[in-house]
Amino acid sequence: MISQPLSRKPVSRRVFLKASGGVLAGTLAFASGPIALLAPSRSWAMSLDHLTSRQGEVLLAMTRKLFPHADLEDAVYALVVKSLDGKAADTATAEQISSGVSELDDQADGDWLALGDDERLAVLQSMAGTPFFELVRGDAVVSLYNNPLAFAHFGYEGEKGNPGYLSQGFNDLTWLPDPPQPEAGYLPFEEPSA
Amino acid sequence: MTMTDDQKTFALDDDSVVVVIGSGAGGGTLANELAQQGVDVVVLEAGKLHTAADFLADEWGAFSQLSWLDPRTTSGSWRLATDFPNLPAWIVKSVGGTTVHWAGASLRFQPHEFQALTHYGEVAGAELLDWPLSYDDLAPWYDRAEQRMGVTRTNDNKGLPGNNNFKVMYAGAQNLGYSCNTGHMAINSTVRDGRAACQQRGFCFQGCKMQAKWSTLYTELPAGIATGHMELRPESHVARIEHDDQGRVNAVVYFDADGNELRQRARVVAVAGNSIETPRLLLNSASDRFPDGLANGAGHVGRHYMRHMTGSVYATFDEPVHMYRGTTMAGIIPDESYHDRERGFVGGYEMETLSLGLPFMAAFFNPGAWGPDFTQAMDQYDHMAGMWLVGEDMPQATNRITLNSDVVDRFGLPVANVHYDDHDNDIAMRQHAYAQGRALYESVGARDVYEVPPYPSTHNLGTCRMSERPEDGVCNGHGQSHEIDNLFISDGSQFTTSGAENPTLTIVSLALRQAEFIGQQMREGVI
Ligand SMILES: Cc1cc2nc3c(=O)[nH]c(=O)nc-3n(C[C@H](O)[C@H](O)[C@H](O)COP(=O)(O)OP(=O)(O)OC[C@H]3O[C@@H](n4cnc5c(N)ncnc54)[C@H](O)[C@@H]3O)c2cc1C
Ligand code: SF4
Repeated sequence: MISQPLSRKPVSRRVFLKASGGVLAGTLAFASGPIALLAPSRSWAMSLDHLTSRQGEVLLAMTRKLFPHADLEDAVYALVVKSLDGKAADTATAEQISSGVSELDDQADGDWLALGDDERLAVLQSMAGTPFFELVRGDAVVSLYNNPLAFAHFGYEGEKGNPGYLSQGFNDLTWLPDPPQPEAGYLPFEEPSA
Repeated sequence: MTMTDDQKTFALDDDSVVVVIGSGAGGGTLANELAQQGVDVVVLEAGKLHTAADFLADEWGAFSQLSWLDPRTTSGSWRLATDFPNLPAWIVKSVGGTTVHWAGASLRFQPHEFQALTHYGEVAGAELLDWPLSYDDLAPWYDRAEQRMGVTRTNDNKGLPGNNNFKVMYAGAQNLGYSCNTGHMAINSTVRDGRAACQQRGFCFQGCKMQAKWSTLYTELPAGIATGHMELRPESHVARIEHDDQGRVNAVVYFDADGNELRQRARVVAVAGNSIETPRLLLNSASDRFPDGLANGAGHVGRHYMRHMTGSVYATFDEPVHMYRGTTMAGIIPDESYHDRERGFVGGYEMETLSLGLPFMAAFFNPGAWGPDFTQAMDQYDHMAGMWLVGEDMPQATNRITLNSDVVDRFGLPVANVHYDDHDNDIAMRQHAYAQGRALYESVGARDVYEVPPYPSTHNLGTCRMSERPEDGVCNGHGQSHEIDNLFISDGSQFTTSGAENPTLTIVSLALRQAEFIGQQMREGVI
């Protein structure tokens, strides 16, 4: 599984470039979620520099299977595709993606996207650990969770913390009793009581 | 305007200077303390000079900005060799070293930890040894270190205010009968030393923009420069140390920012490159006279690499926590740090609050994982509390830094290979610590509890250890190498054993003590 069959000709760079320049598009599923608040409109589109539209769709669906968050918008998963598209500027990576997608399709009688949920997963499982699989997984575990849309979705405030949470909820948890002083310390301007 | 603009400079052929390699906890402190005595010092630091204004509230951004990313390799049965084969350690290459992104926990070793062999007895597979100095020898230096670092709950520095993550830990500690407070932290709880109070940003690991947290970057180093006896040279990567016909070190060869090879003459050399680079440098300095590297007559350079027993426990709750808000590590339970073989292991461990932002949580939660178990945990990110477990690990002769001649850095120098196998003691202690962490969170009503494996090592220790007898280690109780009088080890590499506690307060205390010793020896003309 690790090395490509010798018979498979790598896609030449020229052919690849001709096939590239795809587009990914979609509509937000949740009209009022935290992501909708950040998005300028409900429909979104993303142009790809190196991958085809279909490769983009397969990678998006694959990432959704690897990191399934039922309520997470496709628009966030698309950021993984964007990141992989950037990496595909490198020919070797582009070829790895191209042959990886073909491999998925080959194992699905020609169209992995046509499979049902469980069957898609079964094919992916059989490819776990391959360089293509690791490329997508390794990219996604970073790019899926390292962007402002994901931060909004999962409830992480990112750069908003830059000025400090001292007056913005660093100790706003109320479902447990407040620990006593001196164990719980003192605010900067609070005088320790003797 | 940076701190180096108007600094005193020294000529390359000035052979009266002390050269300090590395500007972190050990090197930065030593350099300042020597300069305060009027000793002329040149600090060579491989990393760039950043200011607090450069720091980023962005985990991956800061990681690329500050981390040591020069190649390293790994081997051994530890999980990191699989998950992060080229990132055995998560430490800094920047002026200020790893004090730029440490969490600030500043705990003293316990007296018995300086005498591990005496108190624990022989442990199969471990080369336990007593330190050549005792707690009482170091106690006055601990006092001074706590004073200058502004450690909370010492010297009338009040405790930091507890954040949400602390509240959860505290509630669980109560249930288990543990003591718990916001810790001894080298972080200003109020304006002090011309630096701000902690603003609870929660980006302690990315560099403290407020400079509330002690770092040599904006304390020791500028203070040393201000004496007029210290020159700091950033982007100066030391390649090797040279010696004269008598076998005394007399020069340091380094590459500057433009890749020029330069040679700084020296009267004394102190190495503080952190426990992977320090032995690498000594090994890379092999000569006809010292074919196995400097200070390596007994073959101990690079051996006994320790990284502390670690692991994390994260737990999710019905109600939100937002653990990432506020000081990353201000919450400590010391109750498991005692030694008692009855628990199934020697030594003890500390439990300390910890949080990671969403990006690092995804990367480190269970490296290599995918699928619903992983995503279910991430789905509960804002309802999560977390703690880090840190305990004593065993000095094993085969856990070791060696040169990997098959891989070279951009200067053509062989890189360090880090070999580590978990000792049974580490495994037993980790299981115990996981179970206690789990019990703590379950007592507060945790929904899911996750045992998270060690991150790339943040504490790196022991690779040039102190020993009473030259045949057992690399340096004596003052960090002076057994083999070469004017060559010193000045960082965590000196640790004979790891203790349970986070190491930096001890590194700083040792550096202060060493500075006095070097000053004396120089004045007396011994070195
Ligand atoms: C995320 C994180 C959190 C931490 N939290 C805590 C904590 O709460 N409490 C605690 O006690 N400790 C903590 N630590 C550990 C602490 O930061 C280190 O123990 C300490 O900084 C080590 O000091 P050092 O002098 O050995 O090395 P460092 O501080 O790492 O300094 C070494 C310096 O040497 C330079 N260098 C290396 N090789 C060369 C060369 N060949 N030429 C020139 N320069 C070189 C490096 O660039 C670096 O700047 C933490 C560490 C990390 C990573
Ligand atoms: S939480 Fe405090 S110590 Fe940490 S980065 Fe923020 S201001 Fe600095």
